[in-house]
Amino acid sequence: MLAIRNVAKSFGKNPVLRDISLQIAEGEFLTILGESGSGKTTLLRIIAGFESATSGEILMEGERLDLLPPYRRRVNTVFQHYALFPHLTVEENVNYGLRVAKLPKDEITTRVSEALAMVKMTAFAKSKPAKISGGQQQRIALARALVNRPRLLLLDEPLSALDANLRRQMQVELKSLQREVGISFVFVTHDQEEAMVMSDRIALLRMGELEQVASPREIYSHPATAYTAQFIGHTNLLRGEIKSGVARCNSLSWKVGLPEGPALFSLRPENIRIVSGVGSGSDVNAVTFHAKIQHQAFHGATELLQVVCGDGLTLSVRTATRENRLGDLQLEFSPADAVPVRESPERG
Amino acid sequence: MFSRAYRAAVTLPPLLWVALFLLVPYALLLCYSFWSVSPSQTIVHSWTLDNYRELFRVNVYLQTLFRSMWIAARVMIFSLLLGYPLAYYLSFYAGARKDLFYQLVIIPLWVSYLVRAYAWKTILGSDGVLNTLLQYVHLTKHPLEFLLYSPFAIVLTLTHIYTPFAVLPIYATLEHIPRNLVEASQDLGASPLQTFWRVIFPLSIPGVLAGATFAFVLSLGDFLAPLLLGGPSGIMISNIVVSLFGAAYNWPLGAAISLCMLLLVVSLLFLSEQLEKKWSFR
Amino acid sequence: MSAGRSASRWLPWHAITVFAFLYLPIVTLIVYSFNGSGVGGFPPRNLTLDWYRMLFADDAIWESVLNSLIVALAAMAISLTFGIPAALALDRANFPGKALFRRLVLLPLILPGIITGLSLSMLFHDSHVKLSLLTIVLGHGTALISVATTEVFAGLQKLDRAQEEASLDLGANYWQTFWRVTIPNLRLSIIGAALLIFTLSMDEIAVSFFLIGRDNTLPLEIWGRLRRGITPEINAISTIIFVFSLIAIVSWYRLRMGSEGTGEAAAELIETTS
Repeated sequence: MLAIRNVAKSFGKNPVLRDISLQIAEGEFLTILGESGSGKTTLLRIIAGFESATSGEILMEGERLDLLPPYRRRVNTVFQHYALFPHLTVEENVNYGLRVAKLPKDEITTRVSEALAMVKMTAFAKSKPAKISGGQQQRIALARALVNRPRLLLLDEPLSALDANLRRQMQVELKSLQREVGISFVFVTHDQEEAMVMSDRIALLRMGELEQVASPREIYSHPATAYTAQFIGHTNLLRGEIKSGVARCNSLSWKVGLPEGPALFSLRPENIRIVSGVGSGSDVNAVTFHAKIQHQAFHGATELLQVVCGDGLTLSVRTATRENRLGDLQLEFSPADAVPVRESPERG
Repeated sequence: MFSRAYRAAVTLPPLLWVALFLLVPYALLLCYSFWSVSPSQTIVHSWTLDNYRELFRVNVYLQTLFRSMWIAARVMIFSLLLGYPLAYYLSFYAGARKDLFYQLVIIPLWVSYLVRAYAWKTILGSDGVLNTLLQYVHLTKHPLEFLLYSPFAIVLTLTHIYTPFAVLPIYATLEHIPRNLVEASQDLGASPLQTFWRVIFPLSIPGVLAGATFAFVLSLGDFLAPLLLGGPSGIMISNIVVSLFGAAYNWPLGAAISLCMLLLVVSLLFLSEQLEKKWSFR
Repeated sequence: MSAGRSASRWLPWHAITVFAFLYLPIVTLIVYSFNGSGVGGFPPRNLTLDWYRMLFADDAIWESVLNSLIVALAAMAISLTFGIPAALALDRANFPGKALFRRLVLLPLILPGIITGLSLSMLFHDSHVKLSLLTIVLGHGTALISVATTEVFAGLQKLDRAQEEASLDLGANYWQTFWRVTIPNLRLSIIGAALLIFTLSMDEIAVSFFLIGRDNTLPLEIWGRLRRGITPEINAISTIIFVFSLIAIVSWYRLRMGSEGTGEAAAELIETTS
């Protein structure tokens, strides 16, 4: 539905986006994930029309979108700080786009009440934005955008100003709203957990380039680069050598079918298991090793152990919570869980 | 946190000074407006409403007042017409040069009023710069008389003087408009012009009101421009007051007029303030 | 994000036109101060410094300049002495009639100057005080208190209360805290106010008109000359006044810009009626 082709953007001499190509499907919830400075907001603003790309093009359903000014695009935005018009009531905010488009009064009234009902804010129609809470303002911003039935909805970190509980609640609501409405959502955030909860696909942006674009599960279990592996969830990065079909990282080694040379592996903490005795290992190929517990962090349902092996290698291990762990542990992991990843070089 | 002694120490001296040098004089003004002047040019301290009756009985006072208000209204309108787009340009378009342009706006503001009024006098006269220039380029054969010693000259000069006064408050309110509102409006389909009328202008109204009030009130009470440039057809209410305190020696009457002006100004300020509050969305 | 394509075409021209309107008269004045054939007449010819020479030999003018300087400095002292505590009072104290006090202090700035001038002249007349430079000083000082109050009040909003609390906590009393902590923090506001008051006082006519004794201030001296007839000597002194005003206001501006943006300064500059 939306095709971003080789879009690049520089502010003066400063390149913010480099050669971004991305397709967004009909009805998809895509998250553009990245740290501050990654260029994610710039990309969103280019799609919305508030910035123009230095090179490249954007097509919506085959036609050039980037040649249109923002007020002619069938794209609407939910702004980070909501940008509700302070001099208009909630109702007037929501029907703003419809009034500008000079739709008939009855249609406006119907669509506005639908939109307000959808975000559960019908009772506040006559209030002014200054009188409602942040979470409520956010819903109005959403209604104001959706009431115009855009082909694409852009959301610029809309949940970042909310407290944690409200945030989680809104994540669920947004997701179900998207399903209900059926429009493609492009959601920008720096919060990787949020991205994983809500998205059909995640586009991870790093320093102006796309690091990886995949579904949350795919990106989590098969990160392409070291950066991806570390940014999304926790991981252990094992650095080693592959020689004659064997990967060697410090004192750990296992068989791999990969070419010779230096290698980097991502091993998720939850994939390292504690061996409690004979016969607990279901994987005969598992790599076993000893380690001492250095630190134990309680995370509620799980705990994160920091262990150090005999050769000085430190690893994070996530297990179910248990009190009174002994200092010495026998641990194992399956070679399949050691995912090879590319290096993530510094970009200038 | 601040002790009673501290608060008394910072409050009392200014309070006393202001009471002595502002409150008492204004009170005196009030009193004088109810007194009268005897034929032998002394002030008679008996209470009377004669002065106020005089104001309404003799046409010239009301006429002059209305003329002054009409001049002030024109100055206000022109200042806004000149000032608003300039403030808008400064706020939304000037970018890196905003600082420089801002200074360029406030500099004329603080350059001597007298200097600027005098400048116009030299420009508008029949032998002045403008007339001789027009004749030099053969656009006119004879000097244009209406340029000087007319209400036109007063309106022109006062617009020149009070346009910066109009620009500043409008600029201040425009600066306070979050730019994401402009983007939101365009995102929702409004063209730049629609965005201006539906979003930017309504939010800038408090600034417009403040600028309009300044321009109007300050022009209304002006006495210098009429004296320098107004001629006989450009006499304003303040000139009458000045002459009543000078050659025409009638302090009580002058006080009465002044008091009316004071009341007028205070009501206008009050009105403006109420309107500003109504249109303020912060 | 600028707001329009068609607007962006005529707005710059409008801006240039308005700036031209604001500056051409002054530029004309300056140009003609060097014009040999006098004040009017286009085009200017005979470049000359004669008018400046005449000006520098004109004792009466320089006497009035001296008077104006004395008045301005004295007025500055009065305005600051009463304006600073007034700002503190408005910021920190609650007393009956506070709202009235606030409006009263700000009134002379928006009220036509002649009303303040003639009210004060009535006061002096009835108390049998002779009009002189002193009465002008009292007039200016009183009228300009609002400038000091407004600037200092704005500066107080930015002052971190915690600093004064820390001073008290460490054993300094209110008087010491005032001089060691409060005033130094208000330095910029005070200097800015002083500059403004000085500039306004030097140019003041309306209030001075009614309070003048034998000694003229510069504006009133010029005014007197104007009544008698225009000479380019006045262009010369006007040019000099312009140059000094320029220096004063640019200095004031740079002082303020150290701590905030143009929007804030604009808002404070016109906050006399709110």
